[in-house]
Order: sequence, then C-alpha cells, then structure tokens
Amino acid sequence: MENNGGSVVAMIGKDCVAIASDLRLGNQAVGIASNFDKVFPVNDKLYYGLPGLATDVYTLKEHLRFRVNMYRMKEEREITPKTFTHLVSSTLYEKRFGPFFIEPVVAGLPTPTELDPHPKPFISTMDTIGCVTTPKDFAVAGTAADKLYGVAEGLWEPDLEPEDLFETVSQTLLNAVDRDALSGWGAVVHIITHDKVITRTLRARMD
Amino acid sequence: MECAFGITGKDYVLLCSDMAAGRSIIRMKSDENKIKALGPHLAMAYGGEPGDTNNFAEYVERNMRLYHIRNHYPLLPASASAWIRRTLAESIRSRNPYAVNLLLAGYDTTTSKPHLYWIDYLGTKAVVPYAAHGMGVYVSLSTMDKWWFNDMNKREGVEVLKKCIDEVQKRITVHFNFNCILIDKDGIHNINIDSQDPLAELESESKAASGDIVVDAPNSPLDVGVTA
Repeated sequence: MENNGGSVVAMIGKDCVAIASDLRLGNQAVGIASNFDKVFPVNDKLYYGLPGLATDVYTLKEHLRFRVNMYRMKEEREITPKTFTHLVSSTLYEKRFGPFFIEPVVAGLPTPTELDPHPKPFISTMDTIGCVTTPKDFAVAGTAADKLYGVAEGLWEPDLEPEDLFETVSQTLLNAVDRDALSGWGAVVHIITHDKVITRTLRARMD
Repeated sequence: MECAFGITGKDYVLLCSDMAAGRSIIRMKSDENKIKALGPHLAMAYGGEPGDTNNFAEYVERNMRLYHIRNHYPLLPASASAWIRRTLAESIRSRNPYAVNLLLAGYDTTTSKPHLYWIDYLGTKAVVPYAAHGMGVYVSLSTMDKWWFNDMNKREGVEVLKKCIDEVQKRITVHFNFNCILIDKDGIHNINIDSQDPLAELESESKAASGDIVVDAPNSPLDVGVTA
C-alpha cells in the first residue's frame, strides 16, 4: 500500500453511485506518474477501484477482465454488482497466503429484474484477502483511507442527486488526499446513473 | 549506483543510461552498455542486481526477436511493455525473482508516436512522458519537470537531457559516464551526448550513410533475413 500510494472512495446517492480515485503512482515518496487511474469499468452500470500495490492493480485488473468476459460468454448476461463483489472476493481469497496487496472498492447500479424491480444502489469493499463489507453510505480504501473516513463522515448525507453526489465525493476525495503525501496528483470521478455515466477529471493540487 | 533517463519528444524518444559496472563502492568498468535494442524501434535501459540484469535483458531481447520472426512484424511498444511487465510480475512472486528495473522506449511506426514506460522489478508499469531510474531520480526528475514540454523537437529534447546529466554530475558525488540513444521513425541511433552538438553529428552520419540508417543494436541479433 505504502509503496505506490493511492486512494479510492465510493458513495451511494439517490438512484446513483459515485466512485472516485486519485491519479498518483509513486515509488515510495517519489512521484512517478500522474496518470495512473485506479478505477475501471466492468460495464456501464458497474465500476471498481483497486488501490494498493501498482503491480497487483494491473495484474488483478487483467485477471478480472478475463473472468468477467468468461462470465459474460457463459451466462449471456451482464454480471451484477453483488456477484462481481463475490467474484473479486474469491479471486483475492485464492491468494490467501500470498495475497494481492489491494483493497478493492466496487460501486454499481443493479439492473431492475422481475424479482427486484427497484434495486438499491450498491457499493462494497474488501480487505486484501477478500473479506467483504457492504456499507449503506460510503466506502473508502487506500493510503488516505483514514482521512477519507473523516471527511466522508462529515459531508455525506442520504439521497443525494447525481450532481450533489458528484460535489460531495469530489470534495471528500480532494480534501482527504491533500492531507496524504502518497495520494493526490489529480483525481477522476465517475457518477453512475441509470441512463448514463458521468466521468470527470478534477483539477487537484499537484504538489 | 546507477542512473538512467528517458525523455519523449514530438516524434522521437531519448534514452540515456550510465555505463558503470561494479560492486558496492568499487567500479570495475566504466564503459558497460546498459541499453539494449529489442527491435528496430524498441530499446530498453536496464539496471538492478548484476547478473539478473543481463540475463533478463537477453531473455526479453530473444523473445522480442522470436515474435518478430514468427509474425514478420515486431511487437509494438505498448504490447512489448505489457509482456515485459507481466514477465516481471510473474517473476516477483516466484522462487527466484529478477531484480531488474528498466525504462522501455519505443517508437510506434503505426501511429508515429513515441512511447516511454517506467517499469520496476515488481512489475509496476507507468506510461510517462519522461522518467528516471536509480540515483539520478532525485535530481533529474525535478530538472525534467522544469524544462520538459509537449512536442519538443530533437534539439530541445537533447538540451533537456544535457541539463539532467549536468545536474547529476553536479549534485551526485559518484561520477558517471553516459550512453545515449535516440529512437525515431528511422530506427535507433547512437547519440554522443558529450559532444557540443550531438544532433549535427547524427545528421552528418545519416547523410554519409546516404539516408540508409543502420539500426545499431549494441548486441545485434543474428541476421536471419527478416527485416522490419
């Protein structure tokens, strides 16, 4: 975690979810790149963030891409956020005694089905060996996780509309990351709604 | 105790590495080439645990060559970087990992874009406009932050590189000699960074070769009759 730095935060809103990450890739205290995105799409309703050791970010991203594609071909449908969470979790637990140094955050909107016509927005987070937590408000991970908890606790409120949620998640991330030497160097925010995904890169402090 | 830089420009990429080889405080060689050509438009500067470095560099070189022979096209920089990263990422969790850090520089002939990748022994890969490895990072990154800009021409790029080398020689107590290459659409060229005007030398050389620039592979691959 402290090798490359980086943080991710996800929040639930009213019929929407947000997930955001910083863009720093460091080698200990030295900044190497400011274009290292840690949030990746699964489909247009489901995104996940992988803060932690950068080599594992890449390895796990590619591994999950493979497993989601296999799921898609076998099942002939898109994976749900809940199923995807369990997929990530079991992928992590497979490496129980030599783990990926990653704390994933998943954020998605489940598509309505006959059984569940009004599904709730979904976020989840895991530890390095895949122990799942499914919060009702927000999920944080990465080197600025402790700071993110504080700011998110103060700013988040229930049933935020997409634009208000964008403001809340952006301010949470930017302010937490400014207190962390290993995170920052730019940020990217995704707001997932039923009809579209809004992706914005934020102007952040570059020091 | 080593130091390597890479700088991208408008239609080229510069790669530069020190030439020291030795153990702890003893230098046994000051003309060791630590840049390897991996293809007609691809090269890497490597450093790390002595032994691992050459072994890994040759392993990569041969695999790039194999791909070229099998497919009649060399692996493009982006794909090569993914392969090298993966090799290192698998190695780090094996019984005897390679301790090799490298800068991969290439010119994508299909899009006419320069590429530079910062890769470390863990398999961390960063796509960057300029980068450094080794002791030089502490002084050269800030130099590049200050002087680098988008779409630099070759002369401007070489100037930035010279500024980095000057800074290393001024601020780092260890003395280094540097070895530089430039990769552009015509392939890999050696650059004499110590000369007053390295580009003029390069141009006169290419004129002498009547436009037919030889790909200078320091340890050139066997000629099996396949060209780019």
